[in-house]
Amino acid sequence: MGWTTKEKVGLACIAAALIALPFVLAMAGTAWVRITNFAVLFVLLSLGLNIVVGFAGLLDLGYVAFFAVGAYVYALLASPHFGLHLPFWAILPIGAAVAGIAGAVLGAPTLRLRGDYLAIVTLGFGEIVRIFMNNLSAPVNITNGPKGINLIDPFRIGDFSFSANSGALSGPIKYYYFLLLVLLAVIVINRRLQDSRIGRAWVAIREDEIAAKAAGINTRNIKLLAFAMGASFGGIAGGMFAAIQGFVSPESFILNESIMILAMVVLGGMGNIWGVIAGAVLLSFMPELLRYTVEPAQKALFGKMLVDPEVLRMLIFGLALVLTMRFRPAGLWPETRHKRELDADRK
Amino acid sequence: MTEVLLEARNIGKKFGGVQALKDVSLTIRRGEIYGLIGPNGAGKTTLFNVFTGLYPRDGGEVLFAGKPLTLESPHTVAAAGIARTFQNIRLFGNMTARENVMVGRHVRTRAGVVGAILRTRAERAEETAIRRRADELLHYVGIADRADALARNLSYGDQRRLEIARALATEPQLLALDEPAAGMNATETAGLRQLIEGLRKDGLTVLLIEHDVKLVMGLCDRVAVLEYGEKIAEDVPEVVRSNPKVIEAYLGTSAH
Repeated sequence: MGWTTKEKVGLACIAAALIALPFVLAMAGTAWVRITNFAVLFVLLSLGLNIVVGFAGLLDLGYVAFFAVGAYVYALLASPHFGLHLPFWAILPIGAAVAGIAGAVLGAPTLRLRGDYLAIVTLGFGEIVRIFMNNLSAPVNITNGPKGINLIDPFRIGDFSFSANSGALSGPIKYYYFLLLVLLAVIVINRRLQDSRIGRAWVAIREDEIAAKAAGINTRNIKLLAFAMGASFGGIAGGMFAAIQGFVSPESFILNESIMILAMVVLGGMGNIWGVIAGAVLLSFMPELLRYTVEPAQKALFGKMLVDPEVLRMLIFGLALVLTMRFRPAGLWPETRHKRELDADRK
Repeated sequence: MTEVLLEARNIGKKFGGVQALKDVSLTIRRGEIYGLIGPNGAGKTTLFNVFTGLYPRDGGEVLFAGKPLTLESPHTVAAAGIARTFQNIRLFGNMTARENVMVGRHVRTRAGVVGAILRTRAERAEETAIRRRADELLHYVGIADRADALARNLSYGDQRRLEIARALATEPQLLALDEPAAGMNATETAGLRQLIEGLRKDGLTVLLIEHDVKLVMGLCDRVAVLEYGEKIAEDVPEVVRSNPKVIEAYLGTSAH
């Protein structure tokens, strides 16, 4: 790729800022580093969902299922539950593969559906996966039911554990850097896919499925590929989630999470990788920022708490989404294509 | 010149109680422009959609280049060597003209996910070739200067040309055009005619559905006429033109 000097300087600045970030955040408390890690996880999830929704135009409301699959694969292969303790670098690819297969398997029955109908079916699948996790504790205890799986191994390379503090590097900071590396890889993969024969086929299906078929695209396979690719990113994110948390339970994978990830993709700008990243960062941090500002602000203004911060948080959150959709319907940072589409619809 | 490229035998198609096609048989020879005409609702587009795999047929068989055509799905038909355009232009509106044609190369190229992610040498070479071929085809149909424009922003005539370029990108042996002149003005139709004649000169076989009788009669080597799902004539234009059944069915009588 050819970069101009200006772009190189810009990239170097961003890289330096991202490397310094956790130490700055750690000054405000390790909690903020953790929040950042979760934000990066959501960026990964949004980028995965973006392949399905943004590129291929398939509205998927059950995406969190693949996050769950990845998390449970990690939990089962690296915890006392089965007594298995595989290394993380082996489990993450397994999790990606299992989630990818799950994506293709759940995608297969939906191939003839589009739009609303597809959304309803995928929503159902998402719930089915969660309910499975909830109930696969008898007769053979696989998932340990609603109690979830505890004491999951952290990432470990030799004696170097990601959960313990080593000098200035706290556990969350170590995970942060790992997440950053994964994120970088995922961005590169996304960009390359977008710009390839497969990426063009995805967009062609989104634009006009019948014309895509007539132009010789095997729409069935290409759609399954989109489902599988998107799901495998979710699987990787899930594995890291399980390791960071040390605990998984079905409760983490409710419909709300799917909707939240979709909101990130749509708010940021479907199809545009940078927009999706911006949307995910914004929506991950905003609730936390509000949580930390609403309470003190009320105490300072009225001397007591009038509105529960949790309630206000969701209220402001909803309002922000409505305003964005009203004034920037294609998202904050839209893919140029989608923007044109919406502009044309308005005329 | 007389080699048969496509042979359809006793094609039937029913929509509920409506017999849209009834025992239609026709042969298209390699290198000719074959016209298909008939009044509205005669079954022209239905036959077309059956040939290109969009509709399953209820009966009959199709031989293409000597082999039976399975017609199970449009993309296998495209792979076999039949490309088509649509009566109501179907482009990928938010892709550029060049990208539209590049999509047409999909069926003749191989690169998969792994190649794309690793940017292998083979993948990059293939991408370059796809791009070069797309530019050549845009030039061929005469819209090279619009390569970077979004398909939706092209003029109507240019959109028709782009659709033909995308169809040509699949390297067809038979190009099927569904009413390409519909909605065109006289200048655009003349340009289209030149383009189709050029295709024939370059050895392509063309199946043309058209309402514009003057265009069909002037352009086609042979013409078939459909009425109520049945073929009522098939011959060179001069003979078809004077066939009384055709005159009554399609070209109009003073009966009313």
